[in-house]
This record gives sequence, structure tokens and C-alpha cells, in this order.
Amino acid sequence: MSAALDIRGLTKEYVRGKPVLRNLDLSIGAEGITAIIGPSGTGKSTLLRCINRLVEPTGGEIRLTGAEGSIDIAKLRGRGLRLARRRIGMVFQEYNLVERLSVMENVLCGRLGYVPLWRAWLRKYPEEDIARAFALLDAVGLPEHATRRADALSGGQRQRVGIARALMQRPDLLLADEPTSSLDPRTSVEVLEMLTKLAAAEGVPVIINIHNVALAKRYAKRIVGMHEGAIIFDGPPEALQDDHLRRIYGGEDWL
Amino acid sequence: MSGTTLPAQRRTPFAPEWGMRILGLLLIAYLIYASTQLDLGLGRFITGLGEGGRFLARMFPPNFARWELLLEGMIESIQIAVLATVGGIILSLPLGLMAARNLAPWWVSGPVRAFIAVCRSLHYVIVAILFVKALGFGALAGVAALIVASVGFVAKLFAEAVEEISMKQVEAVRSTGASGMAVLIYGVLPQVASRFVGFGLYQLDSNLRNSTLVGVVGAGGIGGTLFAAFKRFDYDFVSAILITIIALILLAELVSGRIRAAMR
Amino acid sequence: MSAAKGSDAMSAATGDTLAPLRREWIRHTPAERLTRWVMFLAVVAAVVWAVRTIDIIPEFLADAPEQMADLLVRMWPPDLAYYPRTVHAALIETLHIATLGTVFGFVMAIPLALLAARNICRVPALNALAQVGLVASRSVNSLVWALIFVAVFGPGAAAGVFAIAFRSIGFVGKLLAEALEEMNPGPREALRAAGAPWGAEMLKAVWPQIRPAFWGVALFRWDINVRESAVLGLVGAGGIGVVLEDAINFFQWDQVATILLAILAVVLIAEIVVTRVRARLL
Repeated sequence: MSAALDIRGLTKEYVRGKPVLRNLDLSIGAEGITAIIGPSGTGKSTLLRCINRLVEPTGGEIRLTGAEGSIDIAKLRGRGLRLARRRIGMVFQEYNLVERLSVMENVLCGRLGYVPLWRAWLRKYPEEDIARAFALLDAVGLPEHATRRADALSGGQRQRVGIARALMQRPDLLLADEPTSSLDPRTSVEVLEMLTKLAAAEGVPVIINIHNVALAKRYAKRIVGMHEGAIIFDGPPEALQDDHLRRIYGGEDWL
Repeated sequence: MSGTTLPAQRRTPFAPEWGMRILGLLLIAYLIYASTQLDLGLGRFITGLGEGGRFLARMFPPNFARWELLLEGMIESIQIAVLATVGGIILSLPLGLMAARNLAPWWVSGPVRAFIAVCRSLHYVIVAILFVKALGFGALAGVAALIVASVGFVAKLFAEAVEEISMKQVEAVRSTGASGMAVLIYGVLPQVASRFVGFGLYQLDSNLRNSTLVGVVGAGGIGGTLFAAFKRFDYDFVSAILITIIALILLAELVSGRIRAAMR
Repeated sequence: MSAAKGSDAMSAATGDTLAPLRREWIRHTPAERLTRWVMFLAVVAAVVWAVRTIDIIPEFLADAPEQMADLLVRMWPPDLAYYPRTVHAALIETLHIATLGTVFGFVMAIPLALLAARNICRVPALNALAQVGLVASRSVNSLVWALIFVAVFGPGAAAGVFAIAFRSIGFVGKLLAEALEEMNPGPREALRAAGAPWGAEMLKAVWPQIRPAFWGVALFRWDINVRESAVLGLVGAGGIGVVLEDAINFFQWDQVATILLAILAVVLIAEIVVTRVRARLL
């Protein structure tokens, strides 16, 4: 089966002549968590955001393959781009929930790319969407919180809602941009456990940005190490040695 | 997918929002009712658009032929604004202090607050009319009216600012045995001085806008010229006057913006 | 704002070996002193110029207290019987003008605010154009708008409603645009990443964040509009101003007193209502 995501020659320059991503090649397979590690400013977040075009790549090809066929995201615009984005779910570091809306409404935001506007406004979502939303809420362990306002939840709970929202899209790919960086150690583990379990159950590959190397090694099937916009390590967690970490992050003392 | 599922009862996805729905319906009902009360049918609206178009045509191009009259009126308006602001600020200082509930006893602050509220509640044009009847036509009435308006605004804000100060600082100064005035100057005023300047600037701005209008009822300034032009259907002169007024206000906003930025 | 230099009074007796210890407390640096002086002089100059050249007849000024007292005497007692005859209906009309004008003004202000907010509309030319519209609306006083609309629609409440509406556009639009620009961009980003169309983004990510500011501005402006609507009648745009104008022109000061009291009452009630609603909403 062909790779779910195929990136070729991805480049991004915020300032001309200073590329943040240098000609990246990366292929993500059909399952498991791929963790991208690297120091701040090395382009991890840029890479993720190029995939769903929240950031405009300067050059390269981003090929997404799924149930609906294969397309080059880098070439899409307007409506085509929007439809493609429905196939990619994203979980954010700051959760990015709409705080004044209820948990259920936030989860259903995942379907906004599919339902007509009047349904969204009158909150007359299709029955199966609501059923799936409830099922997802159960799965993330928040069954009774459907009508609570999002800002009444704790950080870990909010992130779980974020995961439910992303899965609501039935995506071909899940992106997670530092999903645990705003959470305490124990909640981080809970959230990553949940993410792994649910993604596996739905058969969705996950690409996750993370700067906690220990967590990355624990949950990821594959680790990609970046340094100054290029990939310098790509392999299973067991293969990640101190030597590699030194090259990825630089410096000695922190090891 | 496993997890705790509630028993197969119907779960409500959204909390009922009856309050908002009813309010929405009431609002729409009111709008329809009020429109009919005021005879604001769609037909009237459309005729109005036609009239409006014709009106605009008569306003352009703006006619600056009587620019001396225009200038005279504008200068008088500026003078009214300056005097009213200064007068209003001078009066607001003691009034604001007297209205502050943390400084003055209730039998002082109560009446003073009521007085300030009344100053604020009456529209400055109405006050201008009263002063015109009492003091005769001319700028004096305008200045008086705007002083009242300024006091209503600045004194209130000043009182609120004073009520927000840290009483501990005041207490500290008082404990040194300083006299009442000294406590004010060293304990109270430093905490509110910068905000007071801000209020003053804002009020100058506001008075500049308002001073252009008091003339409509005879209280001096360009308002009188404007009203006369309207009555004589000199709409091109009207647009000249309006353009000048807008330019003045923009200029004032720019300048006060700069001053405020410089003060930070 | 203070600077320290060297001079300690206590060691004045000892002489120069202690020069470094001498400190003088200067509250403002010379540069600051100069600026303060200049500003003070500017204000004084402005006042003096204004007083000198303004056309105030000294006799009027001297006469003033007596005139005011005379006026007050004529206004007391207020003719309360006058109220149900004419004042009440006019007051209600004033409230209608204020409310309709506010709503209408909002309807026109919202698209302008969306265009002016740089994070919603990313075309600088449109941003600038919208801002110009907002400033123009703000700079023209509601009385002047009333004059204009009386010329367009003829005298009556219709002119008043439009005057209030057009004046409110600038005020409301500016505050809404500011609220839009200060919004948290995160939720919008999330919805865009999920493939939501622009309309859904506005409805589900922008509107919930803006809602408290929206209602706050609405209440604030309605309160001000109630005040402004009361005077529009002076130029013929309907409401209680018309009644007031008549009473003044016929020197019926006791009726004037009633009208003023009525206006005061309405304004106070409006303010109380607004404070209560705001406390409950937010």
C-alpha cells in the first residue's frame, strides 16, 4: 500500500535566502505515530503547518493518499484546498477550542467542512454526526461533559476535546503540533496514550511534534530528528542514540 | 472504541437556549412594531434614497467662497472648546475629590455625585439653550454649557480614578502628621495625575466636537453659520463647513494621539 | 522622574574632599522642566487668547447670576399636568428613535467593521476605505446628521432614526473592529485546518469570541443614543426635542421644567437598565 503522506523537496523561506525548511523528503506510512524532534526554531512546526497549508511552502510537493485518492496539497487553492484540509486533522499546543462554545459544539466543529452553514448555525447536525460525537466523547473519557462550556475544562480535558474534534473529521492523517507542551507530565502521558489508542483504532497515521524526547521514544514507532531545517535522523526509537541527540540538539550538558 | 457509555437514553447534545431565542423573537417583534409607529415603511425608505442622492448632488462641489465667515466661526468654536475644557478641568478637580467615596463622607459625596450625574444626563445642547436664555446669545452661553458637560464627564472619571487608588499610600502620608492638603498632594494626586491628563485631553477632543454644534441654538461658534446655511438651502456651503469640521476633528485626534503616546 | 546629583548638606562644613557625597534632589531633569514649562505656557497662552478675542459682552457676564436665578424661578413649580398630554407620547417616540437607530446603525456598522479589521480582511485598501467611512460617520455630530436627514426626508422621526443610525456606525464600527483585531487567532486557525468554509469560521470561531464585546458596545451606544435622540427634535427630527422647542419658544418655562425632568428620568432609567443588563450578561 502506498504511503499516506509523501513529501518531496519541501522548502520554506520566511525571509529570502534564509530557508527554514531545506529540500525535505519524508514519507509517512499507514499507521503508528511518527514523532518529529528537534530544537526550537528548527522548522518542526513549519513542517507540520506546511502539510495542511496553514503556512505556505515556498516549493516542493506534498502528496496525500487516502480513501478519496491522491492529491498534491501544495498545488491546491481555494475550495480544493479546503476540501483537502478536511482529510487532515490537527491537534494544537494551545488546544484552540472555541472557549465560549460547549464541548459538544467544539467537537462538531470537526464536521464544519461537511455540513452546510445553515445546519451549523441552527445546530441541526445530522444524526450520525451527533452519534459519532458522543461516541468520541466517550472514547476520550468525557462522556458527561457534552454541554459544558469549553473554558470550564482543565488543560488535559481540553486537549482531549481537541483530539475528538480532529477525529470527528474521519481524517486520512492526523497532525499534532506540540500537543503536550502545555500539560503537566502525568496529563501528557494520558493524552499521548489516548492519542495512540484512538489513532490505532481508527487506522490513522499520526505525525507529532514533540520536544520531550523521553515521551517521543515511548510512544512513537518512528522518530524523525531535525536540525536547522533538514532531517538528520530517521528510524525507530531504539536506534536513537546519545550521539544522534547531540547532533540534533547540540550541546552536552542536557544529556 | 471502548469507554464508559451512558445507558441507551436519549442524550441531549446541546443545552436548551430558550432565553436567547425568546429575546431574539421579542427584538424582531419590537422592531416591526416601532417601525410602524414611526411610519418607516419600505416605500418611504426608497423615496428617501432618491432624495438623498439629490441632496448629495447639491452638496458637491463644496463652496468655500465665504471662507472668512467659516474661519471666524471655527475660531470661535475653538475658543469655546479651550475655555470650556480649562474651566471644566478646574472645576472637576475639587468636585471629583469631593465625590470620591473613599475621601469624602457620604453626606458630601452623595449630593456631589448626584450633581455630577445631572450634569452628565442633560444633553449639552439642551443646557446650551438654557444658558442662551439666561445669558443671552453668544459664546458665553456655549462656554458655560460645555463647562457643565465637561464637569459631568471629567469629574466622574476623576472620582472613579480616586476611588481606585491605594489607600495605603494615603494612610502612610497621613501617619506622618501631614495636613489635609498635604495628604492630597502627596498621597492622592500622584496616583491619579497621569490619568487626569488623559481625561483632560479626551475632553478637549470632545469639546471641540461639541463646540461646533452649540451654535445651532445660538451659543456661538460655527454651529450658527451651519444652521443658517441649512435654512437657506446653501448645501454646498454646508459641505464646506462639514469638511472643515471633520478636518479639525481629525487634526485634534492626531495631535492628542501623539501627546498621549509621548506621555507613556 | 527624578535625578540625583552630588551634594550632601550635612557635610557642607567639611569642604571639597566630600564633594562626591554631596547630593541634590532634583525632581525633574532640566529637559523635563523645560517641557513642562512650555506646555504650561501653551495652555495659559491659549486661555488668554481665547478670553481676549472671544466675543463676550462684560455686562452679560455680570448679569448672568441674576438671569439664571430668574430663569430658575420661572421654571418652578414644573407643570406636571403637561406630562400626559404631550410629553409621554414624545418620550416614547424618542425611545423608539434611539432603539431603531441603534439597531439600524449596527446593521450598517458590522460589514464596515469586518472590512476594517486587519485580521479579517487582508486587503489594505479596503481596510483604509472602511476606516475612512467610520471616521467620517464619527466626526459628524448626530445633530448635523439630523439636519441632513431632515433636508432629505422632511421633518419627523424618520430623519431622527437615520441620524442616530449614521452617527452610531462610526462609534460601533471602531469598537467592533478593535475587538476583532484583539481576538485570539487560535480557534480560527483550528477551524481553517479542519476545512471549514469562511462562513463557518466566522460563525463558530469569531462570533463566540466577539459576542460579549458586541453586546457591551450595543448597550453602551444605546445609552448614548437615548440622550442624543432627546435633542434631535430641536431641528425637527422627531422625539421630545420638538415638544421642548415649542415650550421654549412660547416661554412656557414650567412646561420646560417638566420636559427636562422627564428627559432626566428617562436617561437615568436607561442607565440603570444598561448597568443591570451588563452585569447579567457579562
